[in-house]
Formats: sequence, C-alpha cells, structure tokens
Amino acid sequence: MDLSYGPEYEAFRDEVRAFAKEYGGRAPKSYFSEEMRSWQRLLIGRGYAARTIPKQYGGYGAAPDILKSRIIAEEFIAAGLPMGMANQGISMLVPTLLELGTEEQKQKWIAPTLRGEVIWCQGYSEPGAGSDLAALATRATEDGDDFVINGQKIWTSTAAQADMIFCLVRTEADKPKHEGISYLIFSMKTPGIEVRPLVTMTGRAEFNEVFFTDVRVPKKDIVGQRGQGWLVANATLKHERGMLGDPNQAGTRFKALVDMMREETVDGRRLMDNPVWRDRLLKLQARVMAMEYHGLRLLTASLKGEDPGIARLIVKLQGCEINHQLAGFANDMLGELGILYGDSPHLRAHGEWQQRFMFDLGLIIGGGTAQIQKNIISERGLGMPREPKAAS
Amino acid sequence: MEFGLTQDQTMMQESVGRTLERVSPLDAVRKGASAFDALLELGVPGILIPEREGGLGLTLLDAALVAEQLGRHVARAPFLASAVMAPLALAGTPYPKKLAAGEIKAGVAVSEHAAGARDGAGITAKNGRLSGTSLFALDADTADVFVVADKFGDLHLVERRDAAVVPLATIDATRSVARIDLDNAPAEKLGGSAERMIDAGRIVLAADTLGAGTRMLEKAVAYAKERKQFGRVIASFQAVKHMCAEMAAELEPCRALVWYAAYGFDALPGESRRLAAHAKAHTSEIGPFVARTATEVHGGMGFTDLVGLHYWFKRIGFNRQTLGGPERARDDAARAQGWVGN
Repeated sequence: MDLSYGPEYEAFRDEVRAFAKEYGGRAPKSYFSEEMRSWQRLLIGRGYAARTIPKQYGGYGAAPDILKSRIIAEEFIAAGLPMGMANQGISMLVPTLLELGTEEQKQKWIAPTLRGEVIWCQGYSEPGAGSDLAALATRATEDGDDFVINGQKIWTSTAAQADMIFCLVRTEADKPKHEGISYLIFSMKTPGIEVRPLVTMTGRAEFNEVFFTDVRVPKKDIVGQRGQGWLVANATLKHERGMLGDPNQAGTRFKALVDMMREETVDGRRLMDNPVWRDRLLKLQARVMAMEYHGLRLLTASLKGEDPGIARLIVKLQGCEINHQLAGFANDMLGELGILYGDSPHLRAHGEWQQRFMFDLGLIIGGGTAQIQKNIISERGLGMPREPKAAS
Repeated sequence: MEFGLTQDQTMMQESVGRTLERVSPLDAVRKGASAFDALLELGVPGILIPEREGGLGLTLLDAALVAEQLGRHVARAPFLASAVMAPLALAGTPYPKKLAAGEIKAGVAVSEHAAGARDGAGITAKNGRLSGTSLFALDADTADVFVVADKFGDLHLVERRDAAVVPLATIDATRSVARIDLDNAPAEKLGGSAERMIDAGRIVLAADTLGAGTRMLEKAVAYAKERKQFGRVIASFQAVKHMCAEMAAELEPCRALVWYAAYGFDALPGESRRLAAHAKAHTSEIGPFVARTATEVHGGMGFTDLVGLHYWFKRIGFNRQTLGGPERARDDAARAQGWVGN
C-alpha cells in the first residue's frame, strides 16, 4: 500500500492548481458556446484535454499517464472548473478513428472534433435493438457509389445539435446478425434525416429519435471494412479504461448531502441531529467510500497493466445504483419539499435532486441495463453459462 | 500510488490459506478442531507483536488478510482477541513474548464499550481490583489472561484464575465467548486504549466476513453449475445468475473498504475510528445478504446440516453483532466525524 503520488506527480498537481487559479475566470457557463470552444482550445494547449491524442491530429501528444489524468480531474473538480469537452465524438469516435480510420478520415475529423467545432451523435440503439443491439435493422443498400439508408435510431443524445453521426447500419441482410453490420459516418444535414425530440420522465428531451428515409451516404464514408461494423463499434470499449482515472462523482454528491443534513431543519431541528436520518446518511457513506477505494484498486491494476477481472465488471452496476440512491435520499430528506419541481417557491437546488433521481434511473437502464450488467458479471466474472438460445 | 497487496502479503495470505485447507476442512471444524497449532508454526499468534519480542512485527492489514482466510475456512482459533486486540494493550508487559511463542493465549472483555452494556454489565476498578460483569469476552475458552475494560474504558489485565468464566453458547460453534464475573479480582493496570483495540477488532471481523462471504459465493456458483433442474444446470437460469452477480457486485467493493480501513489503522490513525466502524458496519450489511442469497442458491440443500453452509452463515451472523452491530458502528462513525451533538 502506498497511496502517495510521489514528487513528480505532486509537482504536476501544483502546475494544474496554478493553472486553475490563473485561468479559472475564463471557465464557460454553457456547453454549446464559443466560450466553451475557446476553453477547450486553452485546455488542449496545456494538455488538460485531448491529452494523449497525437499532435498531428490536434491533440496534446502526451504519453498516456493515468495518474496525471486523475490529478487533472481532481484539481478541476476541487476548483469547480468544467473539464474539457466530453461528448460521444471525443470519447467514442476519436479513439475509433485513431485505431481503425483511414489517414484521410483521421486528418479530416479528429482535430475539429477535439476543438468542439464538429459535434457528433451516436446512431446505435433502435426501437427493436436495445440490449440486443446486434439485431439492429436500419438498412443500407448499395446504389452506385453510395449507400442508401432507411430505418430509425432512438436514444440519440445531442442529435439536434450534432453536425455528424457515427452510425451502425445493416449492409448485409443475409449474413448472421453480428457479421452484416457496417459503421458509417455522415452529416446530419444529409437530406432524408429527421430528428424528433424524445421527452423523458424528467420532462426534458435529453434524447431524440432519428429517422432515415433514402439517406445517401458515399461508400467511402465507412470506418473499417464492410460487415465489420460490430467489431469497429466494440473496439472503443477497451478505451473505457482511460475513464477510470475520473475521481468518484458520488463523493461530490455525498458532500452535498452532508451539507443538506446540516442546513435543512424539520420542526426547527436539523436533520443531522435526527438519528434516523443520520443512520441513512452513514449507510450511504460506507457505499460511497467502498466504491471510492474500489476505484483505487482498479487504478492500481491499470497502472500495472493488469486486468482486474470481476472488480471492473461491477462498476457500472454499482456506480449508477449509488448515484440514484444518493439522489433518492436527498429527495427523502427534503420530504414534501422534495416533490417540488419546475420553478416552484421553496424549491431546493433548482429541483436538481428530483431531476437527477429520474435521470439516474435512465443511466441504470442505458449503456447496458442493470440486468445485462448482471449477465456480464455472472458469465465473464463468475464463469456461469449463457442462457440457452430460444428456439426461433 | 499502489492500492494493493505486496508480494509478501499475497504469499503470506496464500500460505495461511493452504495451512487452513489442511487443518480446517469442514469435517474438522464440525469436530471442533483448533487451527491454533498450525497457525503458531506460521507465527500468526505474534503477527502484530514486534520482532524483538518474537513476533512477526506486521501491520493490521496483514492481520486482516489472515482473518479473511480464517473466515473463508470457518476456522476455530484464538485470533481476534488473542493475536489482534490484546497485544495492542499489552505492549510493554512480558505478555507479548509469551503470546507470540504460543505459551499463553489472551481473551478480551470490552463488549460494553463496543456494543453497549446489556443486562446491567459493567466493570468497576478500585485499588487495583476489579468487580462486576463483562459480557461477550472474546476467545474466552483458551484464554489464560483477559484484557478487561472498566466503565471508564481503562484497561486492566486479569488472570483467568481470578475470574469466574461462564461460557455463552452462541449460534457460531467456531467461536468462543464467555461472561466474566469479577469479585474484587486482582488486576494489573494497562496502557493502551479500548477504542483502538475495538477498531482493530472491528476491522478484523470485517475481513473475516469478507472471507466467509467470498467463500459462500464461490460455493453457490459451484453448486449452481452442477445442480440440474428442468433439464439444465441452474447456473444457466438468469434468476440464479443475477443472484450470484448481485453477491459479487456487493462483495467486491467490501474488499477495497476492508483493505483501506486496515491500512488506515496504521497509516491514518486520525481516520481509523471512522474507517473501522464503516468497514465493520458495511460488511455486516453485505455479509448477511450474501449468506442468505448463497443459501437460497443451494435450495433445500443449503438449509441442511449435511452441506454445512450454515457454518459460514452463522460465522457471518456472529461477526455482524460482535463488537457492535451496524447501527452502533455507524453511530460511532458519525461521532468520529463530529456529526453528533454539535
């Protein structure tokens, strides 16, 4: 056990801290703004965003260093500054292109994507292909130099703002489901694309449905080989590891709950002074701590280049669940005030806790449902057999 | 940055595991066999005692790794009180040397400070003599001496012959607890703090539960892969798989929490009360969940004495209440953070 980062890293921390102090005032207030893009350019120049992307493609060009990435995240969070842009273009498309894109595709798309000048959305899920994503049915048929796309995607976040889409389509209808998929990239302004906002239980449209009617995409705008789209899409999964450097979001949320326990009163008595509430708070604290230290264990495995096995497989399930429980606890603490929403008087934290409580349920379902996670844990982690295929 | 075990720690843990596999199979546990002599050969009774006194001079994290193996094998051996808690109070006396050599074993009577006083228990000290009752003295059957906390938390050493030791039968046949009745018993005042001893004990109990729970999950998975119903192994039913996945998902973070608390006991003394209390409370919640779920995966067989899963179930149940149940431990964690009464 050695939980110190060592002098080299502490010097790096000082450097990040000094940056945060000097430039913190330039932090943008909103995401889709010129302010944000200018912040992003500043961060890339310093190596606080796009850190490990090669210089020739517009990144900072540093060697991967999980501890430095973690320190950047820790210090930005401590200073209350927004990190560099995190969107599906940067976290998913860029690593995919770096690994499997043509030189032309890399030159054309990576730099403007990193700078936030090109916003991407992800066209994966369909109404009939959720957990069973490989069953996707959006067809792309050949016509001269183009593919012609017909079908529908769903759960497409930022589709309304996106300039481009990376999209899984079925190019070989006669092949087994995993082998007939291709990965295409094309403009959202292409004729035949219609975006309809998808309003969720939060009352907001965090997602969209995207409809394709005879959308023509040049055949050259494919990433990887035709019929290899499933492998291309899965190639990005191994980049997940880089995200382990992020400090525990639940920890920040927990601190807010502690403040609330001290500030909110019922019948003039602080919640913190009520042992019933305190016990619930402490129960959650143990879970938050356990996951935080669990993160240190995974971080260590990454630094050593080891596969932490089942320890890694449980993170999505447990992490999403804790965040949801923390938000639920905040609502309970607020009691009747906790059901206020919109712009009601007496509303706390702009209604954020209810909003999170609902949105977090979406996160438990999205990105591989809790049930799919449990299948993965039991099959890959515990070596239990797959459910036999139903006769079809 | 390295949050993990050293090679030495892994090797030590594996060696304890191999030894317990040999001397503490379930059949031996059923017959009440003690693993103490085999553990003595490995130096385990002196794990926390300095090398100059014949011990191994290791840390609480090492002790937690041993405890994990003891829980795994539902092993019977004086360890919690004799090798972990008592040596912390006995530093500077001639006893650690004897403990490390296996010449004597110690018990600890601090339940009133860890779990709260029940049935009027409590010890009063006067002119070097102790009177009163302490419930749930640990490692009682083998103890030659007891470390006893009085009402103010001051620690004293009492010889077994000066105490009336009344064994208390519990659900867990692998542990030994007793009530200690003292009537003007001669006692030697000790340094050390009851709180510190309790923190160490809580971490070791948490590690024991982690080991027992991990073994129960393994047994459940192995059983599910063999047991056939409706023409296929039950491990292929999602209902069963999800029960096992939930156990794994809850247990894995416990490992990090126990490691951190054990490391913190030596490296972060200012935080160790909170860490120990949380490790104890959280494993006391997750342990019984795993014990129950693993038993259910075994179906009716899990409920039988023949399969013997209940030894782990009861071990975890014992660990949950001993040295303070989860509510009590969480209250201690709240106090340690200044969240109570200010």
